[in-house]
Amino acid sequence: MGAGLLLAPLLAPLLAATVAAAAGWRRGTGLVGVAAAATILLAGVGLAARVMGSGPGAVVTAGMLRADPLAAVMLIVIGAVALLATWAGLDYLDGELAGGQTTPAGARRYAVLVSLFLATMVLAVLADNLGVVWVSVEATTVSTAFLVGHRRTRAAIEASWKYVVVCSVGIGLAFLGTVLAYFASTRAGSPSGALDLSILLARAPHLDPGVMRLAGGLLLLGFGTKVGLVPFHSWLADAHSQAPAPVSALMSGVLLSVAFSVLLRVKQVLDLSLGAGFFRVGLLVMGLLTLAVAAFLLVGQRDYKRMLAYSSLEHMGLLALAAAAGTRLAVAALLLHVLAHGLGKAVLFVTAGQLQHVTGSTAIRDVTGLLSANPVLGLSLAGGLVALLGLPPFALFASEVGIVRGAAAAHLIWPTALALVLVLVAFGALARHALAMLLGEPAPDPGASGAGPVGLAVASGWAARLPMVLGLAACLALGISAGPLTGLLHLAAAGLGAAS
Amino acid sequence: MSETSYVTVLDLAAGGLLLSAVLVVWRRDLAALVRLLSWQGVALAAIPVTLGAHLHDAALLGVGVGVGVLRAVVIPRVVARLLLHEGSPRETEPVLNTVSGLLAVAVLTALAYATSRSLVALDPTPATHAIPLALAVVLIGILVLVTRRRALSQVVGLLLLDNGIAAVAFLATAGVPLVVELGASLDVLLAVLVLQLLGDRMRISFGGTDLGELRELHE
Repeated sequence: MGAGLLLAPLLAPLLAATVAAAAGWRRGTGLVGVAAAATILLAGVGLAARVMGSGPGAVVTAGMLRADPLAAVMLIVIGAVALLATWAGLDYLDGELAGGQTTPAGARRYAVLVSLFLATMVLAVLADNLGVVWVSVEATTVSTAFLVGHRRTRAAIEASWKYVVVCSVGIGLAFLGTVLAYFASTRAGSPSGALDLSILLARAPHLDPGVMRLAGGLLLLGFGTKVGLVPFHSWLADAHSQAPAPVSALMSGVLLSVAFSVLLRVKQVLDLSLGAGFFRVGLLVMGLLTLAVAAFLLVGQRDYKRMLAYSSLEHMGLLALAAAAGTRLAVAALLLHVLAHGLGKAVLFVTAGQLQHVTGSTAIRDVTGLLSANPVLGLSLAGGLVALLGLPPFALFASEVGIVRGAAAAHLIWPTALALVLVLVAFGALARHALAMLLGEPAPDPGASGAGPVGLAVASGWAARLPMVLGLAACLALGISAGPLTGLLHLAAAGLGAAS
Repeated sequence: MSETSYVTVLDLAAGGLLLSAVLVVWRRDLAALVRLLSWQGVALAAIPVTLGAHLHDAALLGVGVGVGVLRAVVIPRVVARLLLHEGSPRETEPVLNTVSGLLAVAVLTALAYATSRSLVALDPTPATHAIPLALAVVLIGILVLVTRRRALSQVVGLLLLDNGIAAVAFLATAGVPLVVELGASLDVLLAVLVLQLLGDRMRISFGGTDLGELRELHE
């Protein structure tokens, strides 16, 4: 049973990729992809029930796979966002095929790569070995490179080139860090299993501090690249703005936080090995710089997909602050933030994709009076932004309050104050852009620049609306009460060694 | 293999690794970069082979042969495909001239020695004493990445970085666990294939592979 719960979320997307590769793109193979996402979600819930039933420190293991409460939370995040994104992908691909923007071969490649992308993220969360975690995070870059370049425009090619180069360099640094951690671990005990996370944790107090300091810095920079943390953040906005909308939803909603969950595990080892100060300072510096970059680029932003990308950057900065605080409240809030941000951002990227389909442009100034011109898209954009801005009763309000309280409890007064100022700047910028897009006079002919009636028909189908409604409803429900999830989040935070 | 000849061969291999990286900084001819990459692959593979022979470790010897095939033959061939249909086979207007490039290499090598002191101190063996050379290759790879403008040169820079890291792994711990080694090698190969295909697409839509032409996306 335990082994099945660990293998199913890995095998389901691999199976979906095989089916898509063999049968090509059609509605049926697309639904297999949706089913794979649902499997990941269900396995996450199943594993959560298992670890919660067996008390603190519980893990489910099978071979090289291992699920603790954090892994269960991350599987739920991957599954939930993937469900929205694969569902929205059905209409996205049908619309592109109908509009002649992609070929059947392009659609097949898209379906295969999205499923492989999901499998690599699941492996990154479930692998017990830091080296295998690294391999799977690097594999996410390989599997998404052609998804970012899916449209084959000059901008898309440029974005995917920069994405692969910047992420390969960053993740290369993480590999060097992994190698050094292995070096330290083999010198503190036997080489067998020396990179297993559980063994690294057990050996952490005996690891050579000089080597671990170097390893820790490299791991922070390297995995931080995939989170989008400064200094390797430049790929993020380009890739998110050029990728197809459902892929942007997956990258922003899941990929960044999967990479962040790796940082949480690394932090746990380094805190035991070097004391809490080392990683905390690194996270605070990178997190606050990331927040600052995001806030100031949001102010002058002219492209709504890039706006959403920089908003993701802002939220990753907040996660870094929460991780730096490291109290149980802050880490539990961090994990709630990951889930709520994933859902809200997925809704927004899917909406933005449909908006782009309808208007043929991603410029903020080309969209006005959306609420009256296209109420469906307008409402979903408005709902998503309200959720994203952290207004009550949406879940991001609860998680942001939790992060601030946790950070204050950890005596991070000044960093928290600075972060709040930057969040306010970002809030103002996002709200201003959103109001400009939602209100005002509708543009004379929204379909003028290319998409035509096909786009409008796709955007208003009920099946296309459902992921948005579900995502917002989930975000709202989580904000009112996280229910049994609260217990899981606190268990995960405790499992990461966060003191209450 | 006697102790002295083991140390000599190991140092030669690590030295060859660094030398090929320095020559990459020096040369502007793109075809020469691919040949240098191939030579560096040989130098890199020589490290696990030497260690394997010294430690009587057949698995390590096998890994060495695999690494050799991948880094000295397969990957350079994929990279060389970026040269097909390439209009001008030389690096465009260098950001850094040769003299300042080589000076930067000297500084980076010194930096590599300074940062790896704690690594050597943890376990001073002939192998770990060569780690600074491998680390210098990593830093030179980053230098090539940020100062070169052609797609092929950037891929070569990325591979220098990667070869340097692989060399650190062999020198420090006689290689990472096999499953990680296999996964990492596969990732590198796939990443290079992806970049080669992207380079092709770039040439088709931009009419060249000068990355200075990538100016569509900015704030």
